[in-house]
Amino acid sequence: MIESIDTSLIDWSRAQFALTAMYHWLFVPLTLGLGVIQAIMETIYYRTGNEAWKRYAQFWMKLFGINFAIGVATGLILEFEFGTNWSNYSWFVGDIFGAPLAIEGIVAFFMEATFIAVMYFGWDKVSKRFHLASTWLTIAGATLSALWILIANAWMQYPAGMSFNPDTVRNEMFDFWAVALSPVALNKFLHTVLSGWIVGSLFVVGVSCWYLLRNRDRAFALASIRVGALFGLVASVLVAWTGDGSAYQVAQKQPMKLAAMEGLYEGGEGVGLVAVGLLNPEKTSYQDDRNPFLFEVQIPKFLSLLAERDADAYVPGIVNLIEGGYTTREGAIALSAEEKIARGKLAIQALADYRKAVKAKDAEAAGRYKATLEEHFPYFGYGYVKDPADLVPPVGLTFYSFHIMVILGGFFILLFILALVWERRGKIAGSRWLQYVCLCSIPLGYIAGQAGWIVAEVGRQPWAIQDILPTGAAISRLDPASVQTTFFLFLLLFTILLIAEVRIMVKAIQKGPEAEPNV
Amino acid sequence: MEREALIVRIYHFYKEGFRGMRLGRTLWWIILIKLFVMFFILRLFFFPDFLGRLDNDRERGDYVSNELIRRAINP
Repeated sequence: MIESIDTSLIDWSRAQFALTAMYHWLFVPLTLGLGVIQAIMETIYYRTGNEAWKRYAQFWMKLFGINFAIGVATGLILEFEFGTNWSNYSWFVGDIFGAPLAIEGIVAFFMEATFIAVMYFGWDKVSKRFHLASTWLTIAGATLSALWILIANAWMQYPAGMSFNPDTVRNEMFDFWAVALSPVALNKFLHTVLSGWIVGSLFVVGVSCWYLLRNRDRAFALASIRVGALFGLVASVLVAWTGDGSAYQVAQKQPMKLAAMEGLYEGGEGVGLVAVGLLNPEKTSYQDDRNPFLFEVQIPKFLSLLAERDADAYVPGIVNLIEGGYTTREGAIALSAEEKIARGKLAIQALADYRKAVKAKDAEAAGRYKATLEEHFPYFGYGYVKDPADLVPPVGLTFYSFHIMVILGGFFILLFILALVWERRGKIAGSRWLQYVCLCSIPLGYIAGQAGWIVAEVGRQPWAIQDILPTGAAISRLDPASVQTTFFLFLLLFTILLIAEVRIMVKAIQKGPEAEPNV
Repeated sequence: MEREALIVRIYHFYKEGFRGMRLGRTLWWIILIKLFVMFFILRLFFFPDFLGRLDNDRERGDYVSNELIRRAINP
């Protein structure tokens, strides 16, 4: 019996999750980045005893507090959605997803909550050393929170360390370390946290430049630019390195995502990387013969080098991934989408037959069906795919998001070098153009971060769990109208919070670092 | 006795900290209103536990299993 699920329900469920995740990600990166910068400033105060650095740290701590307070618990809404909108998914992933989230809630959240009080209330009440430790532990707690969430997300991109139990219909973790230390998780954690550090650095440099533009708090602004630009430069270089690692992992584990990131329809050996390009809007299917690009500039052989660490290596495109037949890096012949779909259907049928056999107490048949299920389980999700074309993620959104992120990443390196050199030479206070550029660059860090998440999440469609569960099978059977209602409720709630944050933040910045230091 | 003194000290630490807040009071109001909206409006009225209406894990497993099988194409 086939029961299709309303496609508008899938779209609204995805839109709702995307909305809440994207709003949540407006608050998180500034917490991660600004937290480290204020801790560095307090460390300078601790080491030098210079009271000015204490004031600087306290000012940025105030802005950190505003962002933290407005953003705190916004991520919990995502957990509400798992239980209501994504119940099949939540049940299916079992403790694999639950364990990292539970650790996040218990360890990291309480760590943050404990030390943040000392950070704000403890000035002049606890020793300088204990206060400094509390500041670092607060940001360590926030970073640990991100670690566990990103481990959970990485598992969806690369499900490792688990086996499927057909009796409970749940995946069960047999190797915690395979989940926690998967190469996808480690790269994702480093890349994402570093992108938050860049957001924090751009914020500090940009706000400091605003003071220079207003000819006020010059010493504070210059000192903050020095710390922010140096920290931002280190983070930007590291983010490029971890970005390379992430792209390599995508090539190994999610080749369709890589093909979409590059608009690569026909693969080959020694494939070039598209540095800049304009996609052909008339190309609507992998099956038509239209050129995918109206315009492109390639770096020869660079995609092969990025994906396989070999400039002449074979990289499959979208057509190759659908049609199969090429030799994989392991030396096997790649299956076509049709073959994977057939195996997925066998797996789902075996699950149905296994459960019937168990109810009928037919142990022999149950064992046979279980073996079939285990053999084909890696393709389980393909059994839901109606048309191979459904396996192609939105190429335009993935391609442009990826290239915007990379171009902005390069721009940040140049900007931080420029700000640092100009500050060192004592020229930044007189360079109004650079001050304007730094101020206007504050939103660019957020845009790069959101673009990165679009690449990660849109680029892996149609999967909720790579190859195992598509979004259409992961969602709850709800009335689409109820999902629409909550979508707009969240839009309203988050927009109010964002407006509140910006207003309170702007007011605090206008008062400046010499205002009342207490939060 | 020493333990009690520590607890009292921690109590005073928090009490004085909260009393000394300025901007923090506004932020706490925002946090409390947000948590109220999230837990007492959104959670209660819009985000019930979808599988929570079933009595036990066995029924939940059966329900999800049926959903996963029924949504597949020609299983």
